[in-house]
Amino acid sequence: MQFDQILQYTLSGLSTGAIYALIGIGFSIIYNATGIINFAQGEFVMLGGLLTLSCLELLALPLWAAVPCAIAVSTVVGILFERLAIRPLKQPTPINLVIITIGGSILIRGLAMLVWGKDTHAIPAFSGDVPISVGGATILPQHLWILAITLVTICINKIYFYHTISGKAMRACSYNRRAAGLVGIDVRRMVLFSFIISSAMGAVAGIIVAPLTMTAYDVGVMLGLKGFCAAIIGGMSSGLSTVIGGLLLGVLESLGAGLISSGYKDAIAFIILLLILFIRPQGLFGKADSERV
Amino acid sequence: MLEVSGITQIFGGVTALDSVSFAISAGDITGVIGPNGAGKTTLFNIITGIYRQTAGTVHLEGKNVTGLPPEKLARLAMVRTFQNIELFGGMTVLENVMVGMHTKSSAGLLACAFKMPWSISEERRIREGAMKWLEFTGIVDLADHVAGSLPFGKGRLLEIARALAVEPRIILMDEPAAGLNSQETVGLAQLIKQIRDTGITVVLVEHDMELVMDICDRIIVLNLGTKLAEGTPREIQESSAVIAAYLGDDD
Repeated sequence: MQFDQILQYTLSGLSTGAIYALIGIGFSIIYNATGIINFAQGEFVMLGGLLTLSCLELLALPLWAAVPCAIAVSTVVGILFERLAIRPLKQPTPINLVIITIGGSILIRGLAMLVWGKDTHAIPAFSGDVPISVGGATILPQHLWILAITLVTICINKIYFYHTISGKAMRACSYNRRAAGLVGIDVRRMVLFSFIISSAMGAVAGIIVAPLTMTAYDVGVMLGLKGFCAAIIGGMSSGLSTVIGGLLLGVLESLGAGLISSGYKDAIAFIILLLILFIRPQGLFGKADSERV
Repeated sequence: MLEVSGITQIFGGVTALDSVSFAISAGDITGVIGPNGAGKTTLFNIITGIYRQTAGTVHLEGKNVTGLPPEKLARLAMVRTFQNIELFGGMTVLENVMVGMHTKSSAGLLACAFKMPWSISEERRIREGAMKWLEFTGIVDLADHVAGSLPFGKGRLLEIARALAVEPRIILMDEPAAGLNSQETVGLAQLIKQIRDTGITVVLVEHDMELVMDICDRIIVLNLGTKLAEGTPREIQESSAVIAAYLGDDD
């Protein structure tokens, strides 16, 4: 097997992996603030891509304006989702909440199908399609955008959680919700915050990946599951372990698809997911009680 | 300062508290004592909004706060500590206290999220304030340790520091001396007096009689869900009803 080829698969795997990492962190943030696995997370990824498309085509906005616009609208959907589906729940047991997020995801997907139809849509790349050659492999400018934006998003997250009081308050909720209430933290507001951050991050992921993979009303299902897989590998941490989990998943998937058969691409992710759940349910890097945010 | 009247709590068919009323005046250290099962912790949980009582009202500084959730009470300057200390285990000691100060943060939560640079300088101010509380409770040298790794006695001091960081006017402590050795208990007594001297009203549930008699200005005795007696430590020690409740009746 040639080195070039492996390098090629690894590079493209890293950029898909970065997407999985962003989605995975979205899962972790909500999980840590609320104890819910938000299975609607993938729908925000879909919304990000399709809303960008609408901003570009219907509103004729330039890309630099369409992207924030799409993120903002997706975030509003995230807020509405928390307000209308999560908060009013009388008995917020985990199983009820999980089923609600699945229902919410089906609803959002259905509405998206009505709005955008069943076609697959393309979004132009951020800065052209001229391939760049990297030591025998080629990558697209969009790959670099993905890696850079992921890096920036993760850094902003880190700063928020570790260097602002509001971020610390959110971490406090994840460690001990009762004590958080006692020192005056409004836990419900933190839950809303977690939905805001997660839906925005999901939208970012959906926007930056859309020029490469195209987008459609149902892309959220698979991307959401891959992101979930990344979060599980990372032990539901919203820090570095989930990022590594996402990158690892992306690279393994890409290598597997290239070296074995592209038919197994999705199967690889789920085999990894099952193996982790069977063997190391606390995540690849987790101690029994891993760092969570 | 704090006034509870007619507090009744019925769990299933069991009456845990039966029409308990008392008033706590500002600047006092008040001890709530009583045999096991007297309803002390239940009473605390009701006052601090963790349980919703069957009947009765709680007034804080003349304001009806019955049934308010803990985070609202914290904003009204009432905080509590737990018998089994409740910390943010994965955060550092300093961060625990900083979170306690977040209600005093002038940058609102949204402002924090969107105005990063400014709220980072805000964070520096809060960090300094938090260090002050760590000094007050004597654990400043542990500031960078992870809270979950602290020995129990230090964890208790941290919980108190975090509660004080909320800048309460009244603090309720549920068995602060539980699990402490005798040396730590002496330090705790000193600390509680210092807290009172800064003008904060202290209410504590406690089993350690020596501690209670030493530091409390007033004592309330509960027995089987009702208030048995109330008075100064001397009055309580001489009360035949209290002695009977603790040691059993001669009859």
